[in-house]
Amino acid sequence: MIKVTDLSHRIGPAPILSDVSLSLPAGKITALIGPNGAGKSTLLSLIARLTPLQHGQITVAGLDVARTPSAALAKVMAILPQNASVHSRLRVRDLVAFGRWPHHQGRPGPEDRAMVAAAITRMGLDALADRFLDALSGGQRQRAHLAMAFAQGTEWLLLDEPLAALDMAHARRLMQELAALRDAGKSVVLVLHEVNYAAAWADHVVAMQNGRIVAEGPPAEVFTPAVLEPLYDMPLRVETYAGRPLVLNHL
Amino acid sequence: MARYVLLGLALLASAAVYLLPNLGAKWEFVLALRATRLAGLVLVGIAIAVATVLFQTVARNRILTPQIMGLDALFIFLQTALVAGLGPIGFAALSSQARFGLEVALLIGAALLLFGTLLGRGAQDVPRMILTGVILGVLFRSLSGFLARVMDPNAFVIVQAEVAASFSRVNAGLLPVAALATLAVVGLALWLAPRLDVLALGRPAAVSLGLAHDRLVLIVLALVAVLVAVATALVGPLSFLGLLVAALARPFAGTDRHLPVLISAMMLAALMLVAGQTLFERALGQQSTLPAVVEFAGGLVFLFLLLRGRIR
Amino acid sequence: MNRPALLLALLLVPLAGASLGVGVASLSGDGLVFWVSRLPRTLAVMLTGAALAVAGVVMQQLVRNRFVEPGTTGTGEAAALGLLTVTLIAPGAALWVKMLAATAAGLLGTAAFLALIRRLPPQEVLLVPIAGLVWSGVLGAMVLHIGWQTDLLQLVGIWLMTGEFSGVIAGRYELLWLAGLAAALAIFAADRFAILGLGDGVARGLGLNPRSVMRLGMVVVALVTALVMATVGMVPFIGLVVPNIVSRVMGDNLRASLPVTALGGAALLLACDILGRLVIHPYEIPVSAVLGVCGSALFLWLLWRAPRHG
Repeated sequence: MIKVTDLSHRIGPAPILSDVSLSLPAGKITALIGPNGAGKSTLLSLIARLTPLQHGQITVAGLDVARTPSAALAKVMAILPQNASVHSRLRVRDLVAFGRWPHHQGRPGPEDRAMVAAAITRMGLDALADRFLDALSGGQRQRAHLAMAFAQGTEWLLLDEPLAALDMAHARRLMQELAALRDAGKSVVLVLHEVNYAAAWADHVVAMQNGRIVAEGPPAEVFTPAVLEPLYDMPLRVETYAGRPLVLNHL
Repeated sequence: MARYVLLGLALLASAAVYLLPNLGAKWEFVLALRATRLAGLVLVGIAIAVATVLFQTVARNRILTPQIMGLDALFIFLQTALVAGLGPIGFAALSSQARFGLEVALLIGAALLLFGTLLGRGAQDVPRMILTGVILGVLFRSLSGFLARVMDPNAFVIVQAEVAASFSRVNAGLLPVAALATLAVVGLALWLAPRLDVLALGRPAAVSLGLAHDRLVLIVLALVAVLVAVATALVGPLSFLGLLVAALARPFAGTDRHLPVLISAMMLAALMLVAGQTLFERALGQQSTLPAVVEFAGGLVFLFLLLRGRIR
Repeated sequence: MNRPALLLALLLVPLAGASLGVGVASLSGDGLVFWVSRLPRTLAVMLTGAALAVAGVVMQQLVRNRFVEPGTTGTGEAAALGLLTVTLIAPGAALWVKMLAATAAGLLGTAAFLALIRRLPPQEVLLVPIAGLVWSGVLGAMVLHIGWQTDLLQLVGIWLMTGEFSGVIAGRYELLWLAGLAAALAIFAADRFAILGLGDGVARGLGLNPRSVMRLGMVVVALVTALVMATVGMVPFIGLVVPNIVSRVMGDNLRASLPVTALGGAALLLACDILGRLVIHPYEIPVSAVLGVCGSALFLWLLWRAPRHG
């Protein structure tokens, strides 16, 4: 479980998060949704200790994020930041292999190599494994970064807008892989802009606006016009398809 | 308008402070000496300012100068190569004006060849273009050094004398021809100013507006080459002055239109050099540190502007 | 050992042999020339080349920009400033004191540069090398000015401009072993620098403290630069050209590529040094001059040989 208590955050004078308290369930896919500037990415990067805590407390699987050594946290959670871009000239395999660094500190064993190979296959990158990153498309590069996060083999996986550069085939495939990870007992937290991916795949949804949590619960509870219309400040309809909510936000 | 008048007055005042005090008994001699230097400083300021503004327009980049792109190094290399090629005797047979003319012609040719191709071909790949320029600068400097070391000692002495121009040793023999060249080029640049405004919109826009874009680029590059040759021949290389002046001139003029920017840049550069030289020669009693101070102060101001997000 | 490393090692052997053989004095006799001059010189060149190339890679990872080396980020000029200050304040200070001052000043200069570029917009890749050039220009102007005022211009000129190895004899180059050691340390920590190059977020995500890796890198860069500058003078381009070539051929998996970079730096500098001894034999051209020509030509060829990607 990830537990967030009384979290507030400012960048300069601007409040980004105000008194956020919530707990994210283990063994589930949790989606953070909300309009631009709601504080989703900031929340995720605070949980992932990429941004230092200003006020409040966060624990991941019982480990206090502010106190636990960074190296220990790296064995518990993996983070894929938004717009991860790399200027180094690395092959896909090299990049993914760095996901195992927290576990071997520079001396990879057979198990590490197997995990790397599995992560590459998982993201459908076998044919590209020996290509340089700068010779890939944006979506392919995104998949390489996802594979790196997978290879880290952590209990928690935090992904900031992982679908951003993916075509719809790869987007669905990613969600399927995340569901498979969840079924294997892992926990996933992701920021999503496309609400219907959250509606179709998430077990738990957190809706944010102006640095506060405005709704939280299973998709059927959060994806209602009563919650979504004020959240995005637009009229919309929600239908049900195959037992899941389907938001008609584009009509 | 008022600020241009103020700037002009400041320039006149610092020129007067430079020329007039403590003339002493041999005042005619001292005055002539100072006037020569003053003319050199003003010419160099104008040449560097105009060259930088023009070059930045052609390269479509506010942080480039002809010096950063190695044009002054190319000029010094050509000077050295000319001595090596003609031999000490052949070189000495030419008058200094003829030599300068030859060097300028060579520089125009080389600059058009090099930067014409570079700006044409490398325009889509700006990092590569800039890096190429910077490295070319190092290459030319190294080649000059290399040539100087392998050539025979007599020729080397000539190169030393030719290249060792500085603020305290303005190459006075060249002043008339340099002044003429600068005047002609600056006049042409001012006349071209409206077209340069169109050029600055970028190739597609300029072409669709009916500008002979590619020809104008080559013309501007040739003008830049002449100006760099003038400045380098008179006082030697100066890397940051142009950058500094061009960066200051745009906010000063309050516009990006070329006519006011060019005029402000010229005046600012001349003021900076004359006031600086006055300060150092009169107040501090030092002569050869102005280039170091220009580099130092210019660099600092540039970094400051960079951090303030004023240079893009 | 990977293939490029093996090839370079094989290339290094004849180069070192040639370096041991080339010179004005004959090697016959009691071997004095060999032990006092040729061998130290060859070692000094190889150590310098390897250390500078590695320092170049480290600098490029710290800044995440390919177009920099310690000579273009103010490190060398700052180190010269430190050395100059100590020379003026305490001319009789022990060598290690001077080295310490130079290294500390180099560290400061590098730290200032890093602080500077952190405030630049990240998408403007080009501003970084240009800010670096301006920053080293500013520091260099200070060094030259102080040198000029205190009649130490000649010394400063040697530090900053004309790196050469003709003065290397046994007893006057050993500090370079320390530079080699610093480079070895960087090779040992190659993975950390590679991860740092992926970005602060990624490094933190993998449990690495970017700050401490950064500090380690800065120490390596400052130490190598200060030692090389004070012993033989600044040698340009090795830190820029070699890492770029190696990166183009092998990529940036530093664990595999950093040893190759070190060997490549040693080989290139050795080749240039031998060339400098041969061109106007029996006189010499400083290796920095040879390198300025060969290195920049090489770099231009690299830059324009192939499209940027692929």
